[in-house]
Amino acid sequence: MRMPGAKMVVEALKREGVEVVFGYPGGTIMPFFDFLHREDIRMILNRHEQGAVHAADGYARASGRVGVAVSTSGPGATNLVTGIATANMDSIPLVLITGQVPVDMIGNDAFQEADIIGISRPITKHSYLVLDVEDIPRIVKEAFHIARTGRPGPVLIDLPKDVSVAEGDFTYPEEVNIRGYKPILNGNSQAIKRAMDFVRRSKKPVIYAGGGIITSEASAELTAFARKTGIPVTLTLMGLGAFPGTDPLFLGMLGMHGTVAANQAVSECDLIIAVGARFDDRVTGRVSKFATKAKVVHVDIDPVVISKNVLVDVPVVGDAREVLQEMLKLAEPLPIDSWREELMAWKRENPLTYRQDCPVIKPQYVVEKIYELTGGDAIITTEVGQNQMWAAHYFLYDHPRTFLSSGGLGTMGYGFPAAIGAQVAFPDRVVFDIAGDGSIQMKIQELATAVLNELPVNIAILNNGYLGMVRQWQEFFFDKAYAFSCLGQRPSCPRHCNNPNGECPPYVPDFVKLAEAYGAMGIRVEHPEDVEGAIREAIQSPRTVILEFLVTREENVFPMVQPGAGINEIMIG
Amino acid sequence: MDYTLSVLVENHPGVLAQISGLLSGRGFNIRSIAAGETEDSTITRIIMVVAGDDRVIDQVKKQLDRLVVVIRITDLSEIPSVDRELALVKVSSTISRRAEVFQIVDVFRAKIVDIAHKSLTIEVTGVSEKVEALIEMLTPFGIKEIVRTGKISIARGEAVAEKGGESRA
Repeated sequence: MRMPGAKMVVEALKREGVEVVFGYPGGTIMPFFDFLHREDIRMILNRHEQGAVHAADGYARASGRVGVAVSTSGPGATNLVTGIATANMDSIPLVLITGQVPVDMIGNDAFQEADIIGISRPITKHSYLVLDVEDIPRIVKEAFHIARTGRPGPVLIDLPKDVSVAEGDFTYPEEVNIRGYKPILNGNSQAIKRAMDFVRRSKKPVIYAGGGIITSEASAELTAFARKTGIPVTLTLMGLGAFPGTDPLFLGMLGMHGTVAANQAVSECDLIIAVGARFDDRVTGRVSKFATKAKVVHVDIDPVVISKNVLVDVPVVGDAREVLQEMLKLAEPLPIDSWREELMAWKRENPLTYRQDCPVIKPQYVVEKIYELTGGDAIITTEVGQNQMWAAHYFLYDHPRTFLSSGGLGTMGYGFPAAIGAQVAFPDRVVFDIAGDGSIQMKIQELATAVLNELPVNIAILNNGYLGMVRQWQEFFFDKAYAFSCLGQRPSCPRHCNNPNGECPPYVPDFVKLAEAYGAMGIRVEHPEDVEGAIREAIQSPRTVILEFLVTREENVFPMVQPGAGINEIMIG
Repeated sequence: MDYTLSVLVENHPGVLAQISGLLSGRGFNIRSIAAGETEDSTITRIIMVVAGDDRVIDQVKKQLDRLVVVIRITDLSEIPSVDRELALVKVSSTISRRAEVFQIVDVFRAKIVDIAHKSLTIEVTGVSEKVEALIEMLTPFGIKEIVRTGKISIARGEAVAEKGGESRA
């Protein structure tokens, strides 16, 4: 069938089963939107392209499907960049479609021209500049395939305007065959046998699992493997929900803000079984002090991450689910009762905790209450910083795809648009963005998107008036000089103020009025006894809600491992 | 140590930029890079010399292999290979010293490819060490310019790079 290129893209999206697109129109991408709005694909009009790509990312993380974001050329495309990098670091499947100036204008510094292929090359899994309209069906098919298979990631298609209006023949390919791209799924059986020999011989094993479990839908296999063998589990930030947070074998998150039990376990163990995790620096702390007594079995679909940061004794390249299924067949209960008892004692004696020692709301208390009042049945997104760590600590995630957070890139402004994407994927679920007052302002304009699309997203702002994690580091490592981390600072303030008190000028913005200005509901909560009622009201409300909690200003996230220290050198506050 | 990799990639615009961008972005040190079409016009071969230890090279290979445009990587450091480099060297040379330059060029089996009143241009082909040695011998005359292709390599005997050496990671 002959049709214009832009229509081919829309047709191809339909063939890929795309039900929703997040985007923002503009000059070069108008032909695409013209055809899209004649079709039965939902389009969420965000208020900034970065919001669109984060929303597509939140949709992808919550649903397991490929997220799609569309923008125009030039500034539309460059506004996608932070979102693409966020998805790339966390291996999230996205297809990005950008308009481009006509082919013969490329390189001319044309109006709204940017070399988005060049700009995005290091932060995409792959990209295409479409030069021939006849290539569109193959390119879209390949883009979706590459985005969701192997180690997933963002794939960008740059579509020049003249190509999108040129006519060509639309035949959608049945299969993909890319000679340079053949991900290995099933692990080598010898390697798996060898890995299981290490498991059997070990006396103090620990499972360290990450986001790869969620990507490959391997939570059931991981849980079965841990329960069958009796091996305790620690998860990375990206892995939260991959193993039930309420399971007795769960030690908590490990790393810089990991639990004492998890960090001690990794430091004292004789075997680390790493699955779908990449020994990131926030996990290992100083590598030379990381797990010095342990052998390492590493299962990952991406050979690059094996022996990149930590030398591995048994590498198994493959899909986490397929490999765990094979490992499970060879698994048997291990006689490691005393080791497990030791870990359980560490866990019991060092719970995550905070002191309710003042009449002001504690941020941790807010997260605890959200957990309690939702019964743990909610999708939580986070911004970045202290809010993110408290959301990781005080909400126990029993299911995958319920904790959505920018782990690798650490993108402030991620949480709210991601919550919009998650709510679009699951209209009936309770969705909370646990935010800081700094982060939320980075993508606050998405309030219009949430309100107009009638999405009952709840935003819980833990307002301490600071960029809290920056302030925490300044307190510990910069002699308590709060340089530019106070969000209330005005010229009338003392220049080197590090003493927040009753004299501080009024906070800007007034989040309640801001919510109301957008047609959302705004509730300010100032006292601990009002926290519960406000959260209940938000959950029950069919509207977009901002809950602003005025929390203790100088609360710190503990436990904490100082940068450069070993992860067993823990500050517990 | 220096490692020589033979990398087969899709012959698309921007692929060389992608490869060199990946290597520089990840902090790897490329000594030389040479690219050209192969017997199959849809495929380009890139010969690159990368400095580092085993662990660095392991990462380079894996990172390159992750690119969709990379079809196959062969580590020529692991198998016997014929290595060549071509260099063009322009030296100052007045009439009185030409004979000396000619003698050196002769010994190295290089060629004079251009001659002018005050300069000579020499073409030399060989392993990198030979090219280095000639350049050193010519230095006293005053080198005006050097152009080098970087190393290209091919497996010895029946083996072809696509099939021998490195298996896909």
